[in-house]
Amino acid sequence: MIRYTVIRLIQGVITVWFIATATFFAMHAVPGDPLMNDKAISEEIRRNLEAQYGLDKPLPVQYVIYIGNMLKGDFGISFAQENRSVNDIIREHFPVSAILGILAITFAGLGGILFGALTARYRNKMPDIVIMFLVILGISVPSFVFAALGQFALVNLNAFFGTSILPVAGWGTLSHMIAPSLVLGLGTMAFLTRLMRSSMLEIVSSDYVRTARSKGLPTTRIFLRHELRNAILPVVTVLGPSIAAITTGGFVVELVFAIPGLGRYFVQAVQQLDYTVIMGTTVFYGAFLVFMVIVVDLLYGLIDPRVRLE
Amino acid sequence: MSTTSSDSAGASGRAVAGAVGIAGAPTDQGSGKGIAWLGEGSQLFILSVLGIGAFVLLMMLLSFVSEMFGGGGAGEAVDPGTGTITLALSTEPPQLDSTRATDMVSGQILGHVMEGLVRYDEFNRIVPGVAERWEIDESEAVFHLRDDSRWSDGTPVTAHDFVFAWRTAVEPETASEYAFILYPIKNARAVNEGDLPVTALGATAVDDHTLAVQLERPIGYFDKLVAFPTYYPIKQDFYEGRDGRYGADPEDLLYNGPFAIERWVHGAQLRMTRNDEYWARDRIHLNAIDYAYITSDVNATLNLFKDGKVAIASLDAETLHDALEQRWKLERFNDGSVFFIEFNHRPERLTHNRNLRKAIQLVVDPAELVYKVIKLPGNTPGESLFPVWLKGVNGYFRQEYPAPEHRVDIARAHDYLTRARQELGLDPLPPLIFLSGDNPAANKQSEYFQEVFASRLGLEVKIDRQIFKQRLAKMTAGEFDMVLAGWGPDYADPLTFGDLFASWNKNNRGAYVNPELDAWVEVAQSSLVPEERMQAFDEIQKIIYDDAVILPNYERGSVFVRNPRLKGVVRRAVGTDPDYTGAYIADG
Repeated sequence: MIRYTVIRLIQGVITVWFIATATFFAMHAVPGDPLMNDKAISEEIRRNLEAQYGLDKPLPVQYVIYIGNMLKGDFGISFAQENRSVNDIIREHFPVSAILGILAITFAGLGGILFGALTARYRNKMPDIVIMFLVILGISVPSFVFAALGQFALVNLNAFFGTSILPVAGWGTLSHMIAPSLVLGLGTMAFLTRLMRSSMLEIVSSDYVRTARSKGLPTTRIFLRHELRNAILPVVTVLGPSIAAITTGGFVVELVFAIPGLGRYFVQAVQQLDYTVIMGTTVFYGAFLVFMVIVVDLLYGLIDPRVRLE
Repeated sequence: MSTTSSDSAGASGRAVAGAVGIAGAPTDQGSGKGIAWLGEGSQLFILSVLGIGAFVLLMMLLSFVSEMFGGGGAGEAVDPGTGTITLALSTEPPQLDSTRATDMVSGQILGHVMEGLVRYDEFNRIVPGVAERWEIDESEAVFHLRDDSRWSDGTPVTAHDFVFAWRTAVEPETASEYAFILYPIKNARAVNEGDLPVTALGATAVDDHTLAVQLERPIGYFDKLVAFPTYYPIKQDFYEGRDGRYGADPEDLLYNGPFAIERWVHGAQLRMTRNDEYWARDRIHLNAIDYAYITSDVNATLNLFKDGKVAIASLDAETLHDALEQRWKLERFNDGSVFFIEFNHRPERLTHNRNLRKAIQLVVDPAELVYKVIKLPGNTPGESLFPVWLKGVNGYFRQEYPAPEHRVDIARAHDYLTRARQELGLDPLPPLIFLSGDNPAANKQSEYFQEVFASRLGLEVKIDRQIFKQRLAKMTAGEFDMVLAGWGPDYADPLTFGDLFASWNKNNRGAYVNPELDAWVEVAQSSLVPEERMQAFDEIQKIIYDDAVILPNYERGSVFVRNPRLKGVVRRAVGTDPDYTGAYIADG
């Protein structure tokens, strides 16, 4: 178990290094640079700026310096937000994305498991048909449409009651979190519902459930210990990557609901060719994703006794 | 993800394969039905209640954490009780160090919390700011500072603060992108290029309240230039005490303007309150301006407006329809910038050929573009490089010197095209590269032009869509034949547009070279006689049309909705925009 964890962590570090290297050179290969602006700058000013950001050195040297600083945990200063370090940007905005992500994934996980079990229970009956129709909608409609529709609904809700039931946008209080986390989690929830449903259908007709039933075990025990626990396994498998996808993919939701999350900075950085922020957020998100996958694999061993980690 | 172990990969593979098998195949579910299932139905119900409970609990827990990062509860759009207005900001101000700020949003915030020697009033006239009065002659400008202008720490704003700020801006290490705007000051350029020490800059504090500026050359618009943010004062010991963080957070700035930043949560909120040390505080009506939302989503801002949470919302082509349906009063204004098709004049390019450019010019109809393609009120068809709002000798420049008349003439266009083909020895012409931005508005316009050139001239055009920085890189490298470009003013003088196509101008990205135009730019730069200068601008205007240097498309307008109780907001082409310094909340 420990040996396995260590090996996985070493592999993870190599993966992150690879991500950093690939991003670094791909980013520099793109035409244009972060110093380029609407108004052209003179040669002198350009030289000064290049010196300030270390862009005057050859690319391999820049790479070595960058990796060196990265190992020290210093991602540099943003090109676009000139007074802020990338570390500050991640520190201040990742918690927001993380909170939004945790809520969305909790919502998606709980909803997915419940609806999945429900549709399996009422297979081919009304609840199943209705929910599965909604699930197909949830999977196929992109989150920016849900975000816009959700906000539109809030405006009308508030107008209908003549008072502010839920805020239309913003961040900071409990009421600000409800709509965006629901919107963000909707797609994943739909996906998990489908997964849970088919997994549950497989389990209820398996031999050990039939055995448990014939032994006369209480239904609660059969449901919780034998059916639900086993049916959840595939859901847990996709949960790890989903957490990373949700925390990193909240860009549109963050924009629409004016939420100060990291996703916005990530996307803006790419548009503005903000080298340091692109690198910082990519490496950070890459490491986060790799870490989540490892955590899920370890968790798998705990939930499913059949899986042995060696 | 290639590192997944064989064990877990096997396990997940098994589970997924099993799931797919079941979903696709009819199974003997009938046998599973019975009493046992009934219990599970109610169990599911109980579980869902528990699940929702857990979710709510988690949210409450997290809300405590998130209050540290969020904007907190924002108020109503206008609150007469506290004298607060709430607004949305399109993006976080990237740079509040006035020596290094380059963008509109930073300029908008700085314009509220700082004050330069002069400022713009509600009629866009230059009026005294920190300077009470001033004299400008051919070689020197002297500003007499008022003695009641103070920093937010209570100390007086002195001539030394201006000298320090200007020296900082031109110092090579600062690497200020707008250092060039100080170049009319003696030795500014030499200092910026590292040829002279910073003390050689021609700005001296004669005493605390007298600032003398030696000029590099006679300059007829220096009073307008000093309204620009790069000319704002900075207090030396405060700046040096911030250790490179000047402008990063509210406590890293010292304010001398009508407002001061009270709270700034990056990406979420920027709240300004009235600065009680401001010399003209009696003229400021609002107690607070709260940018409680930071988003570039136009639709979201309009929803906030609908919900009564923000006092102003800008509209685009899509949200305009929504606003019309609500029967809101639309307000429009000209934001001062001009958009055009810029030709590549480099000799190796086809568009170097004047006849080809004239042919293209004669099939382009800006009015059609504005009214049938862009369809957003506020925009006006482009007729000249010089927009309509620029002042001339007595009135408006464009009234005194009208733009050359333009009419679509397809027959003449074809004559020009035939001549171009002969000169270039190419028939048919290879496709021209049309460089464009990558956003819905730019796509619409470039496709419109593609269609116009094809149907009216039989000219094939290849659209090259690029995101902002890449488009700039290609423009600078000259990898285009035509490009959708634009220009916004820095100061309220026609020269801010007039020198754009001078051969030495770095922003002349089409590399147009014409000694005649250069000569007129030099006249406009150094003459102190208004008539002479305006005459020069008119010559430039004519050359640009005759030689088809650019094809003006439109002067950009902006449409917005405003809470009817918020009054006194000033929108302007040059200077702080929007300007809330004189705004107030009317009785509703």
